[in-house]
Amino acid sequence: MEVPRHWRLKKQRYALVGEVCPHCSSKIFPPRDVCPYCGGEAKTQFSFSGRGQVYSFTQMTNVPTGYEQSAPYTMALVQLEEGPVVTAQLTDLGEQHVEIGMPVEMVTRKIRTDMDDRGIIIYGYKFRPVMQA
Amino acid sequence: MMNDYATDPILLKPRNPVGILGYGAYVPRYRLPATEVARLWKGGDGEGLPIKEKAVPGFDEDTITMSIEASRNALKRAAIDPKDIRAVWIGSESHPYAVKPSSTIVGEAIGCSPHIQAGDWEFACKAGTEAMVAAIGFVGSGMAKYALAIGMDTAQGRPGDALEYTAAAGGAAFILSPAEEAVATINATFSYVTDTPDFWRRPQQNYPEHGQRFTGDPAYFKHITEAGKHMMQAMNTTAADYKYAVFHQPNTKFPQRVAGLLGFSKEQYKTGLLSPVIGNTYAGAAIIGLTAILDEAEPGDRILLVSFGSGAGSDAMDITVTDRILERRDKALKTQDYIARRTEIDYATYTRMRGTLTMR
Repeated sequence: MEVPRHWRLKKQRYALVGEVCPHCSSKIFPPRDVCPYCGGEAKTQFSFSGRGQVYSFTQMTNVPTGYEQSAPYTMALVQLEEGPVVTAQLTDLGEQHVEIGMPVEMVTRKIRTDMDDRGIIIYGYKFRPVMQA
Repeated sequence: MMNDYATDPILLKPRNPVGILGYGAYVPRYRLPATEVARLWKGGDGEGLPIKEKAVPGFDEDTITMSIEASRNALKRAAIDPKDIRAVWIGSESHPYAVKPSSTIVGEAIGCSPHIQAGDWEFACKAGTEAMVAAIGFVGSGMAKYALAIGMDTAQGRPGDALEYTAAAGGAAFILSPAEEAVATINATFSYVTDTPDFWRRPQQNYPEHGQRFTGDPAYFKHITEAGKHMMQAMNTTAADYKYAVFHQPNTKFPQRVAGLLGFSKEQYKTGLLSPVIGNTYAGAAIIGLTAILDEAEPGDRILLVSFGSGAGSDAMDITVTDRILERRDKALKTQDYIARRTEIDYATYTRMRGTLTMR
């Protein structure tokens, strides 16, 4: 059971809440309180828009424990429009073909459950093809 | 019993007028055609199917994730600081946890916690409007500036049962506010509730039971017509005063018939009648119809909504659209955008997505 870890990460996982550096204005995700670009202290919260594009991707058929129910699925490196690159599942693809540069948007989804049906349900960000016109 | 509704103040009206500041819908991507259910359980007999197809949630969706997206759409239209929302109330009969509120997770995800009332409401298919009426009281009393009320479900029917054709996923979220800021004013609400055992699910049971034909006349039709009729009587209106009408929609026929009983024409109910193409979204059913109407309505249009929840009860709402609808409705995805996004699945994929295949 890893309840404390999931609780600690909820803000960044549910809503892509990261940080902005007060010194060099870089946007930081995941939040780490120290700016990776200028080394200054960076604790100011920043909510990312959730929009980005596929930087790279791969199809997962052999999946880690806990993810069997949704296999096969597509993992992507998504470059957020504010700069950082995050690793996440793509979802709601239907028959849509994935390609590098494809515009995507963040949605909050079920990632997996802890301890099968008895544990907590872990929610977090995934990305889907952009629906907004 | 007092029956003079014109003089007896039976209508629910808050001290300060309340309206809808922002609204948002959600329908998942996948669709199971009713012919697929018939193929498996009726030997392919596609005669007299209750709907065309129903919306099915993806592997990673539940009432919480769908509520988050509908609420984000409502927030885009409301354009307020989420911290000004003082209640997150979710009506559903498919809360993912038996014990642990869906509303705390939704509140956290959309950024309204921690200074909120949060709770999950249960009244079969009426839980969404029940949450709305409570939110109207909460805002109308002046206790809260804004309150978020959601009706959302990922409904389940026993394989092969009549409900399997229609039990669907989807719903809507509404941010209630003082009427002077709203895209639509709620003029009054009126409810009609009795103890009627037409449909239920006992603890630890996966699927609900229903009273077959008993679900029609003494349940659905009785409660909706009573609530609708008395609402119009007390408001001194007739069906002709409303541009739109929307009712709980467990299938295609019931809402069409009840519309006729209350004097409404196809022209008035067609915009809000979504069950033929998304199925019965339970706590979301009447109110997602309302979102489709708000997506199209003009300022000044009047809407009559009547929900129905088994057990049983109906909430009627008399609503007038304001000028602000024109500037707000394009700020988020429309209900028809979600309906148009569609991937058809077969029965095998459906059973996998609903988690009914046992992996170990």
